Amino acid sequence: MAEKILTRNFHLPGSHTLALYRETGGYAGLEKALAMKPAEITEAVKRSNLRGLGGAGFPTGVKWGFLPKGHPGPIYLVINADEGEPGTFKDRYLLEKDPHALLEGMIISAYAIGAHVAFVYIRGEYVQPWRIFSRAVAEAYEAGLLGKNIGSSGFDLDVIVHRGAGAYICGEETGLISSLEGKKGWPKLKPPFPAIRGAFGAPTIVNNVETICHVPHIVRRGAEWFASLGTKTQGGTRLYSVSGHVERPGVYELPVSVTLRELVYEHAGGVPHGKRLKAVVPGGSSAALLTADEIDVTLDVDGLRNAGTMAGSAGVIVMDETVSIPEALMVVARFYAHESCGQCTPCRESTGWIYKMTRRIIEGRGRKEDLDTILDVARRGAGTTICAFFDGAVGPYISYIEKFRHEFEALISK
Amino acid sequence: MNARGAVKVEFTPEQLVEVRRLQGLYPDRRAALLPVLQLVQDVFGHISLEAEEYVAGLFDLSPAHVHEVVTFYTLFFREPKGRHVISVCHNLTCHLLGAQQVLTHLKKRLGVEVGGTTPDGRVTLLSVECLCACEIAPMLQVDDRYEGNLSGEKVDRILDGLA
Repeated sequence: MAEKILTRNFHLPGSHTLALYRETGGYAGLEKALAMKPAEITEAVKRSNLRGLGGAGFPTGVKWGFLPKGHPGPIYLVINADEGEPGTFKDRYLLEKDPHALLEGMIISAYAIGAHVAFVYIRGEYVQPWRIFSRAVAEAYEAGLLGKNIGSSGFDLDVIVHRGAGAYICGEETGLISSLEGKKGWPKLKPPFPAIRGAFGAPTIVNNVETICHVPHIVRRGAEWFASLGTKTQGGTRLYSVSGHVERPGVYELPVSVTLRELVYEHAGGVPHGKRLKAVVPGGSSAALLTADEIDVTLDVDGLRNAGTMAGSAGVIVMDETVSIPEALMVVARFYAHESCGQCTPCRESTGWIYKMTRRIIEGRGRKEDLDTILDVARRGAGTTICAFFDGAVGPYISYIEKFRHEFEALISK
Repeated sequence: MNARGAVKVEFTPEQLVEVRRLQGLYPDRRAALLPVLQLVQDVFGHISLEAEEYVAGLFDLSPAHVHEVVTFYTLFFREPKGRHVISVCHNLTCHLLGAQQVLTHLKKRLGVEVGGTTPDGRVTLLSVECLCACEIAPMLQVDDRYEGNLSGEKVDRILDGLA
């Protein structure tokens, strides 16, 4: 059994308290980090091959390295706790079961990048996680772990917890920044990237909850240790959210070199009721679908990219043989149509039209040309928009139709 | 009540202190717009056009800007809602595991369509995108709480517990 790192305390009563976090070695990474030079921490994060675990999979240390050198400040750290990718629920567990792990990671990361204010943007629906995390912040202030002169190091950090108000697009880092600034969550044109000009016009690093939770362990146990847990290009373990037609849905922490077959069958117990597997969404709904005979792939960022899909947020949705893929696509297309922020025409229009076409196919009013029209609209729109939202929608549009075209055609020819 | 029968929207002095505290948290006070709108909704139940104008005044923003923000987010209600809000997740995993049956059951029990509020003002029923609790699908949110692994009986028990 692989070692649990981020989830090691999940089963303990009181895992969300400072007392228990400290008893189990918590904040030891912080102590070590505050004795290091900030640049040494960034270097360690680079060498660890930690990659962003919110969806994009970008190397975390490289992202930090984009900050302008010698900037007089302010520099902001923003934690993306706007978990929203369908099929993903691991950040909810981290916020509820180990909020101090996130706080320790934040303090170390803020120290490394020179931030003295950090924001945590939590999706509005996450009321319980917000309450638990906010209590942890209050505990940390009382214990002198936040505020002025943390641990007599001379380093100051304030943490502001900010709640979203319901919009998937605010999980996109520049949409999140717009929302944090008090606006509708429209993504911003890049460049400039947030590291140069982000929240309130200042250099900003936006990182996912899980990504930052890894940082104390990297500091404490070393970059090489962390790198050795994963593949050549991605270090560490990762939290896989598994749901759908499996015996044991839930969060599984595994090295990123685990295969999709191992995750579904060995860890999540396989498909219930003796049914056969039909397909798996490997990385949240924006990842291209894999068929039952395509699951011998490793679940690291590059492994899934080479398989023509993506690791995304590691939300794994399992579908058994009874699932109608056209119906599943309609559900997914409804989501993208609803959540498109409306800023870019190709996305706003295409998501709406594609949803309507999938719906009429399900309702028996599909036209022969609909499938090729959907594929054409999807391909033409890809890469033409300000953010990656529409590219994310294209993953399911194309893969569901290309891999299960006969199911769609059967509905159309009826 | 004003001439249009709407409740006058104005914060108490204590609530205004909270508004100023929120505005002071951020490098730019306008960043407190979402938390202040959340406060409006907590106090007045929903965010009316009058409330939007009032909030705009607190921030020196145009009412149009506030309206743009209020209408962008799904958790802001522009009409009065029920004492309880039930949001059934209809995204992929919940769909695979019976979200439609849950919705049908709720519509029948409450006698309302999605988006509707029971005549006694007790419950507003919504059908929403992924709430990120797919491990307990099919699931719903009732006010602040997530409830999952839903069956007809469990939905009935949840409804029975709502005042």
